[in-house]
Amino acid sequence: MTMQTIYPLFTALPLAAAFFNLLVTKINKKAADYIAFLVTAALAVMAVLTIFEAPFAYRIGGFPAPWGILLISDGLSALMLVIINAIALLSIIYSIKYMTMYTAKPKYFSLFLLMLAGMNGVVITGDLFNVFVFLEVASLASYALVGFGCEHEELEASFKYLILGEVASTAILFGIAFLYSMTGTLNMPDLARQLEVLGINKAVAFVIALFIMGFGLKASMVPFHAWLPDAHPSAPAPISAMLSGVLIKAIGVYAIARVMFDVVGPNAMVSSILMFLGALSMLVGVFLAVGQSDFKRMLAYHSISQMGYVTIGLGLGLNPNVPPVIAAMGLFGGLYHLVNHAVFKSLLFLCAGAFEFRTGTRNRYEMGGLIRKMPVTSTACSIASLSISGVPPFNGFWSKLIIIVAFIQAGYYVYGAIAVFVAFMTLLSFIKLQRFVIFGQLPARFANIQEAPFAMTLPLVVLAILCIALGLAYPYLDQGALQAARAALLDKVSYMGFIIGG
Amino acid sequence: MILYFLTLVLFVMGVYCLIAKKNIIKKIIGLTITDYAINLFIILIGYRANGIAPIMFKNMTMQELTERGVDPLPQALVLTSIVIGLGVLSMMTAICLRLYEKYKTFDMSEINRLKG
Amino acid sequence: MATKPDLASSQQPTGMTPIVKTVVRFAIGIIFMFGWYIIIYGHLTPGGGFAGGTILACGYVILTLAFGKELALRKMSDMAASIIDNTCALLFVTVAMIGFAFGAFFLNFPPHGTPFNLVSAGVIPLYNILIGLKVTSSLFAIFLALSIFGRFVSKLVDEAEEEE
Repeated sequence: MTMQTIYPLFTALPLAAAFFNLLVTKINKKAADYIAFLVTAALAVMAVLTIFEAPFAYRIGGFPAPWGILLISDGLSALMLVIINAIALLSIIYSIKYMTMYTAKPKYFSLFLLMLAGMNGVVITGDLFNVFVFLEVASLASYALVGFGCEHEELEASFKYLILGEVASTAILFGIAFLYSMTGTLNMPDLARQLEVLGINKAVAFVIALFIMGFGLKASMVPFHAWLPDAHPSAPAPISAMLSGVLIKAIGVYAIARVMFDVVGPNAMVSSILMFLGALSMLVGVFLAVGQSDFKRMLAYHSISQMGYVTIGLGLGLNPNVPPVIAAMGLFGGLYHLVNHAVFKSLLFLCAGAFEFRTGTRNRYEMGGLIRKMPVTSTACSIASLSISGVPPFNGFWSKLIIIVAFIQAGYYVYGAIAVFVAFMTLLSFIKLQRFVIFGQLPARFANIQEAPFAMTLPLVVLAILCIALGLAYPYLDQGALQAARAALLDKVSYMGFIIGG
Repeated sequence: MILYFLTLVLFVMGVYCLIAKKNIIKKIIGLTITDYAINLFIILIGYRANGIAPIMFKNMTMQELTERGVDPLPQALVLTSIVIGLGVLSMMTAICLRLYEKYKTFDMSEINRLKG
Repeated sequence: MATKPDLASSQQPTGMTPIVKTVVRFAIGIIFMFGWYIIIYGHLTPGGGFAGGTILACGYVILTLAFGKELALRKMSDMAASIIDNTCALLFVTVAMIGFAFGAFFLNFPPHGTPFNLVSAGVIPLYNILIGLKVTSSLFAIFLALSIFGRFVSKLVDEAEEEE
């Protein structure tokens, strides 16, 4: 059985499991843990298998392309599927112990699986309205998960996130309706073909503006970032890891990249907007991060700043005025950083959760000397910190280096300088974190704490190894999955070809 | 054209309500109004003067249906969008109830523990 | 949070005046019949699972308003609503996945395609019925959660905190 015949299972399986979970819970309380684990493990295996498949299109219900819904698998989809499902599997393993801090664990797993179904759906679909529907599924589940603890701050963050997220969804729906009224189709390869004929007129420019606002809000680029520093720290730690590590990429950056590269096509206006927003995100995020005392809140601000690198890389890739080789290099750097950010940011959030699980606090000035008591977690946290701040052997260094070199070669010296500056500021911020949390004086009240349980340290170790491996394996990535993802974005013609193949 | 304009007016009213009002119930109402404005807009895309419902009846030819029937796809989209809107609305109301239990107020300016 | 609150302890008067009760007694059968009509004819005429399910759920809401929560909860308890909700969603995905056996996800595999015939639409009526039941139960569950259980939640939270 190849992936081509069971491709829709990426959404159908977690969706079915989410409902099955709630039914089984009425009989056995423990079953939800195992079901969630088995389903995410199966999905992770399927995602890895998808990488080795050639690009294909799947017809839902057997209807041919412009009328039925197409599911499309190409390099970018496969890459995103691997990231999403791998982080989801590790988060589920982590949650099994961590979520004993909360009540109503089966409901948590159901919401988690719904969110996973939504994200997988956004990534695999080839229909613009489907993107909206799955995005809403993922967002609704994430609103509930942010407020899962039902305390003052969590509910407030959840409500803020909900209102802003729904404004974004309204903008996206408006854009989709506008595109439909112009072209009469919602199929993305078909839309790409129609827009090729229409060109970028004023209506299309308006739609692009709506999409940048809507998806940009979901990806929390800077003028639209206000919800993220509240929402991400308020969620339980595995959910913070999913939200920061995967969700903002799957329903924000991926959607922008797919629409702008494959449907609209390279365009100087969009490129300069994305580069500007990316640079702004990097600067604002890192400046706000330095002064934070809450561990997770600081990480959330760094998410904004690091997503700026991805956005700026995508922006350079969209630019038709620079040589194609340099544009491709910028895009490659952006995608590489997307993968790296998923790995080290989820690792950092999981570490923060492990510290909180044992010490009961998230204020980094109250911790200290934890390497003596929690060596595994502390080591993983150090590796992730070095990774995110771009210290040479680790993965963050290579992706930042590629982006900076691409910008210098393209002649955008200011953006290159901003990228270098932000890397240093990030390093500063994380050295401060290390100084206060991992090293330094151990407070007397933490004299008796222990290392986190095995189910929580296992994902940390796996992610830490990935941090190092992705950095060392850089020369091989140039030909592998990342290359296929880049080709999927740059080759608009073959994306339009899915309508015939499907 | 006047219909599109009225939809825009509804949309702007919703956005005003969302931004200017401090009461979270009113914010929810504003968001719902914007949602319905977009739904009306989608319905208007499929509008056609003297159109009929895109349903086949026994004494009707295929040609008549294609000539006079309105576009059914926007209606399907609106139905989906309404379902999503329902989910969002109930989610918002639930969070709103919980917020009221914790803060004992519906005033958004008093719900301000998160800073920085 | 998931536990069922003690309904008997509340001192609410049950139901409205006899006028309302009599009218509801007449109307409720018609409302349910209309809801099922919309669901079952969903593939031939406007309507379908969601619209019909909303009408059915409104029937239950009217019952609750007119006769008080005890009667409505006897007709469909929150537990039953949750179970029907999840089962229907699960069956919906399962029926969609049966399509894999015949070639494609969501494939309409039984013989279908005779115009103007009630049972000629393959699996679509089945989807409509499942969606109708799911919407009925989940809308009613949302109504219960927001209206009746809302005022018990703070009490429940206090109790849970005491237990911890």
